[in-house]
Amino acid sequence: MSRDTSLVSADWAEKSLGADGIVFVEVDEDTTAYAAGHIPGAVKLDWKLDLQDPVRRDFVNRAQFEELLSARGIGNDDTVVLYGGNNNWFAAYAYWYFSLYGHRDVKLLDGGRKKWELDNRPLSTEAVDRPRTSYTAQDQDSSIRAFRDEVVSAIGAKNLVDVRSPDEYAGRLLAPAHLPQEQAQRAGHIPTALSVPWSKAANEDGTFKSDDELRTLYGEAGLDGSKATIAYCRIGERSSHTWFVLRELLGHGDVKNYDGSWTEYGSLVGVPVALGDEPGEA
Amino acid sequence: MTLGPLGCTPPDQAAPVPSHVDLAKETVITGIVTAGSGEPVEGAYVRLLDASGEFAAEVVTSPAGQFRFFAAPGTWTVRALSRQGNGDTSVTADRGVNEVALTVAS
Repeated sequence: MSRDTSLVSADWAEKSLGADGIVFVEVDEDTTAYAAGHIPGAVKLDWKLDLQDPVRRDFVNRAQFEELLSARGIGNDDTVVLYGGNNNWFAAYAYWYFSLYGHRDVKLLDGGRKKWELDNRPLSTEAVDRPRTSYTAQDQDSSIRAFRDEVVSAIGAKNLVDVRSPDEYAGRLLAPAHLPQEQAQRAGHIPTALSVPWSKAANEDGTFKSDDELRTLYGEAGLDGSKATIAYCRIGERSSHTWFVLRELLGHGDVKNYDGSWTEYGSLVGVPVALGDEPGEA
Repeated sequence: MTLGPLGCTPPDQAAPVPSHVDLAKETVITGIVTAGSGEPVEGAYVRLLDASGEFAAEVVTSPAGQFRFFAAPGTWTVRALSRQGNGDTSVTADRGVNEVALTVAS
């Protein structure tokens, strides 16, 4: 994987509007953004309603994913271009999710909704209705998704990358600072996890930094390129952003996203937790 | 809007602080983004940076230009990007509600 195959620029996207075989998909948790104006022709995925099981804390299953994409008019051979708000957090999450279910050609729009808006590019409020398809998904690719037991075993053995803000990592905050801080789980981070906030991989307009800048970032943070890596955050969307950087832009081979992330780990009984700005001991 | 533990999208920036949020415990940094002419800027991207300049959070302003963060006591920078230009300001926040004014210019 590389930048050329996984990322498209806003210029490319604007020139490709309406092209056959390219489907723009806006992914947000707050779907009022889509209703207020979306990239012309883009369909909508609701991060919570469409991609999460309504009862258990897990993803929709393969059959539900097939039904979702069929209903949205997305075919197996379509190039899916994902974008969204929150600096593409949820779009990156959807990218990882589409990869998990084996979609062949999926790309992320560099800068997402923010750059598109700041550039004054066209937005539309017209309803989008694509003809239904018959989408076939693959079994989940377990090589890119980490579960809790694997994360606990990775302490001191694999790269763990905590991509939350420094204050969340240290345990001074429990959630990103646009959210109230009352949470049930303990504060802190997984011992030995490196702190590399997702935001260090992005420019302030939401675009990704250059490959050279990204290599320097993770190199200086102490990421060992010879080891497997697991990225986590609070609920798995910011870490999808970093998973995308490491695996899709920089081409690291074994990178998993831990979607349980801190809301799971920080609530587990009996696991080690480190406080403060240092990674801590295994 | 609900703020469940799995939610991550910034709440509506114009909505009142939800009743379950204890303002005695929270450090709220809030204000209005205005352009040089004094008019509120809707849809500005406002980011909160910590004392080291590191990104902490980002929200999009309401139609009245409002933004709100839940931070911690200390020194922060609030920076706005918008089609009308960019701007930033520093704030030393204490527990409770901290009001800041933020203007953008191109």
